[in-house]
Amino acid sequence: MNEKLYLEDEENLGTKELEGYENVYCRPDTLTDVPFHYCPGCGHSVVHKVLMEVIDELGIQEETIGVAPVGCSVFAYNYMNVDMQEAAHGRATAVATGIRRVLPDKYVFSYQGDGDLAAIGTAETIHTVNRGENILMVFINNGIYGMTGGQMAPTSLIGQVTSTTPYGREAANVGNPIKIADLLCLLPGAYYVTRQAVYNSNGVRKLKKALVKAFEYQKQKKGTCFIEVVSNCPSGWKMTPVETIKYLEEQMIPMYPLGDLKVPQN
Amino acid sequence: MESKETKKSEARLMKGNEALAEAAIRAEIDAYFGYPITPQTEVIEYLTREVPLRENCKTIVLQAESEVASINMVYGAAGAGARVMTSSSSPGISLMQEGISYIAAAQLPCLLVNVVRGGPGLGTIQPSQGDYFQSTKGGGHGDYRLIVLAPASVQEMADFVFDGFKLAEKYRNPVLSLSDGALGQMMEKVVLPEAGSLKKTPAPWATTGKTKNREHNIITSLFMQSEEMEQVNLQMQEKYKSMQKEVRYEEIKVDDAEFLLVAFGLSSRICQKTVDLAREKGIKVGLLRPITLYPFPYDRLKELSNQVEFMLTVEMNAGQMVEDVRLAVEGKVPVHFTGRMGGMVLSPEEILHKIESIHESLTTANV
Repeated sequence: MNEKLYLEDEENLGTKELEGYENVYCRPDTLTDVPFHYCPGCGHSVVHKVLMEVIDELGIQEETIGVAPVGCSVFAYNYMNVDMQEAAHGRATAVATGIRRVLPDKYVFSYQGDGDLAAIGTAETIHTVNRGENILMVFINNGIYGMTGGQMAPTSLIGQVTSTTPYGREAANVGNPIKIADLLCLLPGAYYVTRQAVYNSNGVRKLKKALVKAFEYQKQKKGTCFIEVVSNCPSGWKMTPVETIKYLEEQMIPMYPLGDLKVPQN
Repeated sequence: MESKETKKSEARLMKGNEALAEAAIRAEIDAYFGYPITPQTEVIEYLTREVPLRENCKTIVLQAESEVASINMVYGAAGAGARVMTSSSSPGISLMQEGISYIAAAQLPCLLVNVVRGGPGLGTIQPSQGDYFQSTKGGGHGDYRLIVLAPASVQEMADFVFDGFKLAEKYRNPVLSLSDGALGQMMEKVVLPEAGSLKKTPAPWATTGKTKNREHNIITSLFMQSEEMEQVNLQMQEKYKSMQKEVRYEEIKVDDAEFLLVAFGLSSRICQKTVDLAREKGIKVGLLRPITLYPFPYDRLKELSNQVEFMLTVEMNAGQMVEDVRLAVEGKVPVHFTGRMGGMVLSPEEILHKIESIHESLTTANV
């Protein structure tokens, strides 16, 4: 697409066929026309986009209800064009349980950060999975509290400098990084548990596949599906987006290895 | 096991908690979420036992991992347009306060039940009215109000389930039924409300799945711009003003009363006996029982301040509602207080003695 055409048709970009051009991509209806407020380089935008693309492709926009947490993604409902509820900090899966129980044939997902899901909401996380609630939990693990300005998360790495561990995280004082996905695998209610990342295109493709599977399992009422996305936080980590990718590969992923942790037993 | 179901509204002998639970089934609630705590555990026990025995009863009954989870499940289900309730007792209700604030702020209808026990802290499992402040003045954070109904009999434990949902759905506001351990545990005659007689108010705002003919529905209490947050607050305050017309109270022998007892719930039952004892002695005592604690009958009490010599507020706490009674009468008449705490209950004679001693001190002062 040449620049002139782009400028002339900016308003209609992606929404109508342009003469002489094939429309290969447009914003799905599941995403609102609101620019993401996330910091440049942050994984949230990518995960939002992929999640909404999957809902669009599966044609389940009208049947899906999402739950946004407290954290950077508190405003997820501004971007996700599906019915949504904003939950109190840590309580997203209790809210999702309430929704799913009274709307048993709808699709319900929670979208939560590490503070929400693995610290203040640990009880809800464990018991929701233990009940095998038919929901999808999307867990963004970036090892830091982004929204409040870079404090230690339950998943922060040993030695990681944050605003509340200014000399690095010490296990003797504040414990070790918690591998919540691994813990959840022990529960019979967990049907599908996987850990993905979105810092490269291969990862994005894999996440998309995982999301499709999770919604399919939810349709079959198989139990809880849990997708962790190891993500980055340029602002909280005090790094450039490019530096965060190096940190992800060299520090985060060795601690939180990617791949399926629990797959359906046939 | 045999179900206790009967369609007809005949009189039965039931425990307060069980009458409330049966009324919930008859109100066709979509869901109940709760956590056991004495003295209201019979509510969830009754529901888990009875619901599976009822034909065509689709009510979800779920024992959550905590009161924190229960109240947030209520939030989710209410936000999805369901008729939903929870019940608990004082410490459990304290745990729910954050969620209650969110529910009030997101303007979701639901019924909350507090069968109060003696506090503070872990306290005791005996009856108390120590949660009046928490119920009527907030409890959670921010400027919100619950409609608070105070049953004084097993009959009202059941009736206020229906009244509660009616009000909750009318105002899109949580309603609290505030009773106590004695009302929950005692057995009385009750005529249950007729099953299926409570119409459901449509909830076009609910998150039931975005259809093509509408924008996506969002249930939230977050408004980052101060101007917007203030507007939301102003709209809620307007709603609370409009709720004032729902004020309810009962008057017993007030017409010719020279002295007025003011009491709610179980205390009002005891005060009824005091009124009889006093009248036998020729002392003209009347009783005003607020049925709604929010909205509170300020206007009626103000009127009565022109008629009576003094008011005596009787509560099972250290004196909480008495502050509202004093606000109502604006200093026109003395407002006294008597109460017991920690699960202790006043006797009718103790209250009569208090009336006599106040009367005596006023007479002596006048000489």
